[in-house]
Amino acid sequence: MGAAPAPRDVTSYGMGLAAPLALFFLVFFVAPLLQLLWLSLHNDTAGLHWGLGQYLHFLTDPFSLGVLGSTLLLGAEVTAVCLVLGFPIAWLYQRVGPKLQTVIILIVLLPLLTSVVVRTFAWIVILGRQGIINATLQSLGIIDTPLKLLYTQFGVVIALAQVQMPLMTLPLITALGRIDPNLDDASCSLGAGSWRTFFRIVLPLSLPGVIAGCTLTYAAAITAFITQSLIGGGQMLFMPMYLYQQASTLQNWPFAAAISIIFLLAVLAVVSVFTTLGRLSRGYGGA
Amino acid sequence: MAEAQGGRSLVVDAVTHRYPSGALAVENINLDVKGGEIIALLGPSGCGKTTLLRIIAGFIAQTQGRIIIGDDIVDSLPPNKRAVGIVFQNYALFPHLSISENVAYGLAARGIDKATRQREAQRLLELVQLPGMAERLPRQLSGGQQQRVALARALAIKPSVLLLDEPFAALDKNLRLDMQIEVKRLQRVSGITTLIVTHDQEEALSMADRVAVLSHGKLEQFGSPSDVYDRPQTLFVNTFVGSTNRMPGVVVSADRTAAKVRLDAGAEIIARPAGGALSEGGRVTVCIRPEHLQFVGDETGFAGVVGMSLPLGATVVHEVTTADGSGVKVSQARIGETRALENGAAVRLAPLAPSLANAFPATL
Ligand SMILES: Nc1ncnc2c1ncn2[C@@H]1O[C@H](COP(=O)(O)OP(=O)(O)OP(=O)(O)O)[C@@H](O)[C@H]1O
Ligand SMILES: [Mg+2]
Repeated sequence: MGAAPAPRDVTSYGMGLAAPLALFFLVFFVAPLLQLLWLSLHNDTAGLHWGLGQYLHFLTDPFSLGVLGSTLLLGAEVTAVCLVLGFPIAWLYQRVGPKLQTVIILIVLLPLLTSVVVRTFAWIVILGRQGIINATLQSLGIIDTPLKLLYTQFGVVIALAQVQMPLMTLPLITALGRIDPNLDDASCSLGAGSWRTFFRIVLPLSLPGVIAGCTLTYAAAITAFITQSLIGGGQMLFMPMYLYQQASTLQNWPFAAAISIIFLLAVLAVVSVFTTLGRLSRGYGGA
Repeated sequence: MAEAQGGRSLVVDAVTHRYPSGALAVENINLDVKGGEIIALLGPSGCGKTTLLRIIAGFIAQTQGRIIIGDDIVDSLPPNKRAVGIVFQNYALFPHLSISENVAYGLAARGIDKATRQREAQRLLELVQLPGMAERLPRQLSGGQQQRVALARALAIKPSVLLLDEPFAALDKNLRLDMQIEVKRLQRVSGITTLIVTHDQEEALSMADRVAVLSHGKLEQFGSPSDVYDRPQTLFVNTFVGSTNRMPGVVVSADRTAAKVRLDAGAEIIARPAGGALSEGGRVTVCIRPEHLQFVGDETGFAGVVGMSLPLGATVVHEVTTADGSGVKVSQARIGETRALENGAAVRLAPLAPSLANAFPATL
């Protein structure tokens, strides 16, 4: 490996080559963000009075804080479900033959190949009062009255977990694939059982993938407007819908802007917790 | 588990392995290794060395045959119950654990308390001459140092058998010699039965008490280094171990201990029937090592013409073209003023002794 010719040092390329992308970011990302910030610093919808009123309003309003809290919680739950279900899939992927690997990859990628709207309606069909789950359980005589699955936190978490699963599984597959298979054998020959090998060797070494997967899943889950709204229904309100209502229905642009900024900061905080955790666990694996 | 288990015997009993893909990797291998012996598994790439090692360690379940360590048939034991230590070619150190954690890993798996573990790791790191590196990570060590850690880690569990897969292949020449001496020293100290896989014949001959030569999954010969070098049982062993001249010929007369062979190069010589009985009139290949050929003044040997002469320090190697047009190499010790041989000089060559010319039935 060391014999391969060293690739040219990235720092030796002219910075000008990054200019098109930088310009794109500047125009379509930084500029709107600044505009959003500017908008959120107005106390009235007409944009005449400057101040932190919108932020104060959000941070003192139990309803708004509740929406933020339940959104962040939703993200955590979806991420946990994806991690618990995705890890075994990724682990299995590294231990089966090439044919089964293709099958697994196909299954993992399938959610990405269908439209979000179609997938979400499929979940409505599955979770509804007369849906597949309730019909099956009733015909088996396990339950008498249909379970309420749709329009519940449980339903939203399950549907989102299915939709976001590739974002967790793909980084995990990559991370597990980077682990030298001899390490498994070495651990085993030193007398460690499968569980010790998993917790002492495989899991710590796959941590970069776990963190990448969690970050992606989390960010995708809390901003999944369509799935959240359709499966959650009217009773459950999460940040993206809340934002949409304020901006589109109520035309309260400064408040909507403040919500965006607060949401953004909250997400950044959670993501930086993930990355800090990753750095604390010593910077190996990726290197 | 605490007391030393060094010196247990290892028996590979009629082991055959066919991979699910259909490749027959090892075929009917029998090895009887005494406790405390150091054995080299020698063979070209793809001959099944790693496969055999992994069968002994328990990573592969052989299709046929038994593995016996000490008095126990271990075939039903998983690798973590076999007490077999392995050093992998790429060392396979745990990159996220410190050197002392790496060395103590096997002890932790056995539920030994932390204080004892640390003391033991310290002792082993001193044994492999790496004190003061305990807190580093593997990537902060050089290749040779990582190798020592891998050795210490394998020795920590006091294995009954130590397996090393091409342990020195990644090291440069000087370091390799150091590590070969080091491993031999550690093996002497611990008395652990050791199997070294290698495709380097010098390594096999210099380190091992006995050498097992493999080719295409079959055991060609299992014997002491001098057996393998001086009394090869097959043409493969004779050509793979050391260098040799292969001279075709026809058997004139033969008994069990000696055969008179008429070489195509034009002389009758006495050779040793090395691969079993030879039949009169049959074609044979006679192998004579370059250092076992000598220039003769009389009419006994076969004639040739000197081509190139390469002075290689302690020896001089001459390339001689024989009457049938094939080339042979002759190596001459450089004693004082060695007579320089002119390019194109006519010479006669003969083996030093009949026992040093090995005749094998020719395979066509
Ligand atoms: N997992 C496998 N599946 C199928 N065939 C295999 C597998 N591993 C090895 N083989 C085949 O078995 C034979 C022996 O392989 P093995 O790895 O034991 O050789 P080796 O002597 O260790 O070679 P090297 O010196 O190159 O390491 C080879 O022909 C190889 O192609
Ligand atoms: Mg090998």
